[in-house]
Amino acid sequence: MKVAVEVNGVAYERDVEARTLLVFLLRDEIGLTGTNVGCDTTSCGACTVLLDGESVKSCTVLAAQADGRSITTIEGLAKGEELHPMQRAFREHHGLQCGYCTPGMVMAAVSLVAENPDVDERQVREGLEGNLCRCTGYHNIVAAVLDAARSSREGAW
Amino acid sequence: MIPVMFDYVRVGSLDEAIGALSEHGDEAKLLAGGHSLLPLMKLRLATPSVLVDIGRLSELSYVRDQGDHVAIGALTRHHDVQHDSVAVTQAPLLANVAGRIGDPQVRHRGTIGGSLAHADPASDLPGAVLALGGTLVARGPNGEREIPATQFFEGFLETTLAPDEVLVEIRVPKATAGHSYQKFVRRSQDWAIVGVAVARVGGQVGVSLVNVAATPVRAVAVEEALSSGASAADAAEVAAEGLQPSGDNNATPEFRRHLARVLTRRALVEAGL
Repeated sequence: MKVAVEVNGVAYERDVEARTLLVFLLRDEIGLTGTNVGCDTTSCGACTVLLDGESVKSCTVLAAQADGRSITTIEGLAKGEELHPMQRAFREHHGLQCGYCTPGMVMAAVSLVAENPDVDERQVREGLEGNLCRCTGYHNIVAAVLDAARSSREGAW
Repeated sequence: MIPVMFDYVRVGSLDEAIGALSEHGDEAKLLAGGHSLLPLMKLRLATPSVLVDIGRLSELSYVRDQGDHVAIGALTRHHDVQHDSVAVTQAPLLANVAGRIGDPQVRHRGTIGGSLAHADPASDLPGAVLALGGTLVARGPNGEREIPATQFFEGFLETTLAPDEVLVEIRVPKATAGHSYQKFVRRSQDWAIVGVAVARVGGQVGVSLVNVAATPVRAVAVEEALSSGASAADAAEVAAEGLQPSGDNNATPEFRRHLARVLTRRALVEAGL
């Protein structure tokens, strides 16, 4: 079947099997491999992308369900050389170790702060419960998200 | 993990959906948010040959104050039930429970109708709707019918919906006098090992238990004890009466019975009883 999506502002049309998952449309058909596949069971959140601005786990969405919709992946956050404030905060706070969970963690955090720029630490921890970091580097991730939320409130986004 | 091949049909109206179900019968499954069905299909535990995607029927996404009850469209996502002002103020148990399903990404996709129609005995919303004494509205080729929640759950992943019926609306009485949902998990995004929902509706108390049987169940003994004047602590003692929960790697049957009693006591106390 034909699936037409807008990814990071660019329109794509691909012919895929109905059973194709969104994450494989992004990675294999469109070639955007920044979105990782971790558990493949809706648990780890490594494959998190924004679907019409909201975080979803792209291993549990059919490409067909995204037809006609707008998707943002980790590749779509930076403006040229300028990192998105959430990416910058992850770098400044060393919010990553091995980096595998990072694309999903950043996308989940962007969605979380967009929904509620006033998040406190507890809400950040609960808001990221769908994203697992097996290096267990949560401390700096939470610090990064809180810092990025602050910059969002100050109008830097 | 990749599902088996299937035909994908996206419908533009409820009538089209019912038509597709009538045409394909047992071979077809409805797809809403997909957060119960797609994981099972990826594991090939579910292998429907036709998926009927009703996910874009936006007319089935709403929360409405209907005077004595709250009506929720079947395609309302957990995220929306969690934050909707009518749900938060008039059906606070549902808003609370919706906000504790899975994680934010899951709540952005999963729908209340999908959760109920999937009828996993470990999922949260079926237990909440049962405690509230809700009503489910189904539409099929011959029109609509109302199904009391107490007659909806038939067995493990089984409901009394006919193969050509679509769950369209969930109605729950307003319940603002006290409520609680106690969910025992080892990790925050997990399914309940045991859950207990309590809702106070018009002087009555509804109590339901999650993941202690093939379906969510009303704790009838607890409700009867409360209506004959028992304290919360005494009523909670009979929560496991008649239960024969199964054991798994999370809990033995006896531990589940223990959790049913402890969580029922906590839920009753939190609901102000």
